[in-house]
Amino acid sequence: MTKKQRKMLSRILLAFLLMTILHFAPVDGWVRFALYLIPYLIIGYDIILNAGRGILNRQVFDENFLMTVSTVGAMVIGLTRSGDYVEAIAVMWFYQIGELFQSYAVGKSRRNISALMDIRPDYANVETEGKLEQVDPEEVEIGTVIVVQPGEKVPIDGVLVDGVSSLNTSALTGESLPQEVKPGDEIISGCINLTGVLKIRTTKEFGESTVSKILDLVENASSRKSRSEDFISKFARFYTPAVCYSALALAILPPLVQTVFMNMSADWGDWVYRALTFLVISCPCALVISVPLSFFAGIGGASHEGILVKGSNYLEALSKCECVVFDKTGTLTQGVFEVSAIHNTTVEKETLIEFAALAESASSHPISKSLKKAYGKEIDRSRVDSIEEISGFGIQANVDGRKVAVGNGKLMKQLNVAFEEPTEIGTHIHVAIDSVYAGSIVISDAIKPNSALAISKLKSAGVSHTIMLTGDKKAVADQVASELGIDTVYSELLPGDKVTKVEELLTQKSKNGMLVFVGDGINDAPVLSRADIGIAMGAMGSDAAIEAADVVLMDDDPAKITKAIRISRKCMRIVYQNIVFAISVKLLCLILGALGIANMWLAIFADVGVMVIAVLNAIRALHYKES
Amino acid sequence: MKKTYKIEVDCPNCANKVEDTVKKTPGVQNAVVNFMTQKLIVEFEDGQEPAALMQEIVKKCKKVAHDCEIYL
Repeated sequence: MTKKQRKMLSRILLAFLLMTILHFAPVDGWVRFALYLIPYLIIGYDIILNAGRGILNRQVFDENFLMTVSTVGAMVIGLTRSGDYVEAIAVMWFYQIGELFQSYAVGKSRRNISALMDIRPDYANVETEGKLEQVDPEEVEIGTVIVVQPGEKVPIDGVLVDGVSSLNTSALTGESLPQEVKPGDEIISGCINLTGVLKIRTTKEFGESTVSKILDLVENASSRKSRSEDFISKFARFYTPAVCYSALALAILPPLVQTVFMNMSADWGDWVYRALTFLVISCPCALVISVPLSFFAGIGGASHEGILVKGSNYLEALSKCECVVFDKTGTLTQGVFEVSAIHNTTVEKETLIEFAALAESASSHPISKSLKKAYGKEIDRSRVDSIEEISGFGIQANVDGRKVAVGNGKLMKQLNVAFEEPTEIGTHIHVAIDSVYAGSIVISDAIKPNSALAISKLKSAGVSHTIMLTGDKKAVADQVASELGIDTVYSELLPGDKVTKVEELLTQKSKNGMLVFVGDGINDAPVLSRADIGIAMGAMGSDAAIEAADVVLMDDDPAKITKAIRISRKCMRIVYQNIVFAISVKLLCLILGALGIANMWLAIFADVGVMVIAVLNAIRALHYKES
Repeated sequence: MKKTYKIEVDCPNCANKVEDTVKKTPGVQNAVVNFMTQKLIVEFEDGQEPAALMQEIVKKCKKVAHDCEIYL
């Protein structure tokens, strides 16, 4: 608790104590009034002062004014009629409890959310003359070697120069599996070093490092307000004055009607009391607090899962997601070419790959890279000689003294070797050893293990249309789409066509539905910004993606999209619950108050109770459980 | 020019009022009060002197919401 809150708590307790004593005090008339005035002023002096200041500054309609008028009114009624001062003091008392709870709860959830995103490093270790020195990360220059010990956070982006370790990236990606690193690897700030000591040469300043960018983004996210928040602040602006004027009307009109038209004696006291009850209910705080708090909690909860949402407005839009458009390469597929099938005839599979990899050892073509990767062992260049690259056909070389030809069908035809075309989609590599057909290797862009699951999850989350855009050939695209269960495919698109296609799709969707584009953020920035919501994946270390997208997934798991949608829906549900709940309870109390059924006690309970429930409900948005 | 200030506002309604007040100050292009992070982000029009303008803004804000604090 802060000092302010502690002071308020002691005022609340003191007022309660005095009230209990006064309850048994046998006093009457003015003395009684004077005695009860003490706890009233203890609990409410600041509110009365603020109301006075408000009037002087011509800012009349605020909650201080409302509370002052209603409680002063109730005190006057007590003095002139009933002798009951408890009600006025209780209204002030409960109001202050509500305010205290609100400031405590908001402060607590603010700290909770900040703790979830606790990735800010406090220091960096710099080695000077053999000694480690802790310095402020902001003072570390590019190219400095910093030391990260086990259990410490990596403070600045850089390249690992010495040390082997595993890193916990969960604060950034939500991924719990540690990542192994070795010298030469790029290290992202915000990861926690688990095992070995790391020496990292920084490649960026602290302010440009991943961790600073993420913190900046999340902290500013709730500054982009959603439509629900705008609605609430507009509502609050007219709600309070409206209730005040109705209260005034309620105090004056019915008694006037009673005397003038109905020849009855006017029951002024009763109607004034009802009007004062009105004023108690008119404070809009429950509404105004709960909506931004829900969004803040939602954004905090999402970032804990490795999903960075750049604003409340995007979280709101995400919940109405109707159509998800994917870029293929790097989003649904790995974006890396891999050996996906091997058909062998005369030699073992391993031998086939070994010969192919050795023959291709001098080439830096993506295909030879994937062959070398599939081989997996160190290449012994001495086993290979007289390499001859035939452009557009393939490679011929002597491996272990045997003549190996690796290439496409044209090469085989040229060599007069009979071959079979594999049925799989992808790039086909044929291998002939000593002019005898040895088999074929299929190389394709492997689909991510989670892609199919991601698409089916999206469908079960109620996304009506999934679309894939790709520059790839139709056959490849169609196969990937059918494997993943994607509804529509547009293939053989040039990069510029993707924007046109998305614009076309935007005109086709329903009015309130949102179109989401998911890309890897590398060369699809224009599309990301054109779509209603652009989601960039695998953003660890990619500044371009963080800049261009509205929602950033820290790792490249497409299943996170559904998670993001579900988090946004939960958050919006809570927002609507709070809006409907708070407004309807207030309306009900207004009606009951006008009819004289609800007294001031009920009014203040309704006001504070609604606020407490709305705040507690809002905090639920922080936690997301996979169902 | 955009500047961020740390503020202290007690209730979200006051935050809205402060935001409105800052927005309406001449020389200010746009302003956002982030109640949750307790920050005031002011976008000044070109050629304005933030330091001088902020003095005026603080005075105005104190009037609409007495409890608010703006740390310059």
